[in-house]
Amino acid sequence: MRADQIERYARNIALAELGESGQEKLLSARVLVIGAGALGGASLAYLSAAGAGVIGVADFDKVELSNLQRQIIHGVDVLGEYKTVSAASFIRRLNPGVEVHIHTEKVTADNILPLIADYDFVLDCTDRFGVKLLINDACVIAGKPFSHAGVLRFGGQAMTYVPGRGACLRCLLGGVPADGDGKTAVSAGVLGAVAGMLGTVQATEAVKYITGAGKLLTGRILSINALDWKVCVTDIPSPDPDCAVCGAHPTITSLKENEGEYFPR
Amino acid sequence: MVKINGTEADVAGITVHDYLVSANYNLQRVAVEINGDIVPKSDYSARAFGDGDSVEIVGFVGGG
Repeated sequence: MRADQIERYARNIALAELGESGQEKLLSARVLVIGAGALGGASLAYLSAAGAGVIGVADFDKVELSNLQRQIIHGVDVLGEYKTVSAASFIRRLNPGVEVHIHTEKVTADNILPLIADYDFVLDCTDRFGVKLLINDACVIAGKPFSHAGVLRFGGQAMTYVPGRGACLRCLLGGVPADGDGKTAVSAGVLGAVAGMLGTVQATEAVKYITGAGKLLTGRILSINALDWKVCVTDIPSPDPDCAVCGAHPTITSLKENEGEYFPR
Repeated sequence: MVKINGTEADVAGITVHDYLVSANYNLQRVAVEINGDIVPKSDYSARAFGDGDSVEIVGFVGGG
């Protein structure tokens, strides 16, 4: 590590669970953040500050004024700009040592497997159950670890999938809710600070996975209700043996064939 | 008695489906675990809580 890196990352290196070797792992890690909104913005800020070597940002949306109440990496100077481009400029300003790769496209059943193949860890920061299940299934099929999170109103949940180390999202949800996304942030609202909490949980999980520190949210779910501070971690001792994607006899083996579930008409 | 998310409830014999509806859960956005095993959605109507069961119910939201 260079002298300026030792100075920049001194508080990471001071963590016994990380140390210099943990920082070296971070500096050579490749992390993909899918969705550069509220969860993604918080994750990206802390991952780039922590010194993740390569950060991929995937999003197809442009920055709107109504995003800025919670999507803190974007600003009024980038209204109408692609979120990926805005995210990259935020990251470069915070930490020019990070190599940023932007993927300004919609994540689909066709492109997700080659996309995630280039990364060590994936963060699902998307805002639709359909895409969340697509990311889950792709990561299970590719054997790729990822962090799931969702947020709405004053609360949300987060869990981490690592192949062979616990349930996947489909074990728990079964599939994409039949009634679609139901209430979304547009109609039900979401507090930016709460989205930030969940996004930083995801960044924490990524750092822990990369460095091997601590115990991940594998086989358990963190649920946060910030309105009356009900915070709990629920153990999921074993995956669903009949899970359609990670079970013993999976029925979902082709993302393309299952596309209708991810993107219902 | 059945322990649901750590609290004792007098719901033995009630199906997962009927309990979730009565407690205002959205059946599509929830995961239910009885004694450590995930209950598949297709079993919600048939599976009833047994006396002494330990149940965990986790809600999911999809925003980002």
